[in-house]
Amino acid sequence: MNASLLIHFLLFPGLLFAVPASWFYVWVERKSIARMQRRIGPPLLQPFYDFVKLLGKRTPSRHGIEAVLLRLWPAMSVLSMVGAIALLPVFPGGRGFTGDAVVLVTLLEVPSICFILAGFTSGSIFGEIGAIREAVLNVACNAVFLLSIVTIAVTANTFQLSGIAGVSWNPGHWIGVFGILLCIPAKLRFNPFSTANAEQEIYSGPLTEYAGAALAMWELSHGLEWVALTGFVATMVVPAGGAWWLHAILFVAISFVEVLLLSTFAAATGRFTLEQSIRFYWRWAAILAVLAVATTAYVRFLS
Amino acid sequence: MNLLKRLMHRSRLKSPSIFHLNTGSCNGCDIELVTCLSPRYDVEQLGIHLEGSPRHADILCVTGPVTRNTLEAVKTIYSQVCEPKAVVALGSCPGSCNVFAGSPVIVGPLSKYIPVDVYVPGCPPHPDAIVAGIQRAAQILADRGVPENAKGEPQR
Repeated sequence: MNASLLIHFLLFPGLLFAVPASWFYVWVERKSIARMQRRIGPPLLQPFYDFVKLLGKRTPSRHGIEAVLLRLWPAMSVLSMVGAIALLPVFPGGRGFTGDAVVLVTLLEVPSICFILAGFTSGSIFGEIGAIREAVLNVACNAVFLLSIVTIAVTANTFQLSGIAGVSWNPGHWIGVFGILLCIPAKLRFNPFSTANAEQEIYSGPLTEYAGAALAMWELSHGLEWVALTGFVATMVVPAGGAWWLHAILFVAISFVEVLLLSTFAAATGRFTLEQSIRFYWRWAAILAVLAVATTAYVRFLS
Repeated sequence: MNLLKRLMHRSRLKSPSIFHLNTGSCNGCDIELVTCLSPRYDVEQLGIHLEGSPRHADILCVTGPVTRNTLEAVKTIYSQVCEPKAVVALGSCPGSCNVFAGSPVIVGPLSKYIPVDVYVPGCPPHPDAIVAGIQRAAQILADRGVPENAKGEPQR
């Protein structure tokens, strides 16, 4: 294990950056929704206080396999997200991991799968309904998500993360980035795709039975998903070349703008039903994604 | 260690999650509680947020005079809120049964069944009074911490 890899995992963009950033992004999300509703909104340290408070709660005693699994899912989710963030090609030219986009996509899928499994493990009826909704929504948005990544990969002619990072003026690249942005609301479960944790209908969905430290891990995992997904898009629109510190600053700045845009979008929309969400992804977004893949592949074939 | 304790105290004070339990209320207090979440009173700036599941909550806000039908639910939900926890009795009903006192279907007041930390009297109480009551409960909860003899709720 070399030093650069450790720095990526522990310092930037890994744990030391990602955990405070996740609290900050969650705060930006809550604050901008509050401002849109003409409220003042939570103070800056609110997500941090929520996290610490949950760590100090006495949790209900459980026994057997259920106790193990209910703790395993949030832990797996947090670990995979830290791994995904460490994989992000923030710095150009071979610094850090020389990973493959397939690994990143796999790691980005883990929280969603854990969320579904947590719903079924908890045995709560609200958890089960939430898990089913999350599973259906995940199948719907993943078609577009994967096709968008394939479009970008075909444009760059590689699946290497360092190859697809950096801005390119090929239209295929931008269609791919737009497709990923379309999928982020569903992946992060906020409006209009918040059917899986619709608090007015099914309380907290799969997390209804969670309490204390395990719930804190879920909230951390949600924040890290923000960092990973917005960071993934940010790495693909940062111009290539320039000093490493400039890349780091641009990475953070672009992620922040994305969080602001997406939470404003969330505040401005109502919740879709499950059918409407599926129709949106499979009828409109998927058609665009298939066309994008087909044309970029055709152009690549011709050249 | 002392620093960690102070951090935990501050976090509990700054982040009270509330769960709203209606035990046969006339809906007056419930509307006033929901008003606290609206832009005019905006309790989120104090860190207070309404949770859908009692497992996520710190403070149980009870409205209504406790009817016979809701008694079991009150006990169950109180046991589902994890320690440290506090109970706020919203309105006059949970404190004294109000105009419903003497009815054969009312088994209140609430303090006969679960320990109440803060009473917010009024019919209904003003939203400002509700916010002050929740903050008082958060202070009590943060000062008390997890009681020594507290046990987790037994499995279903």
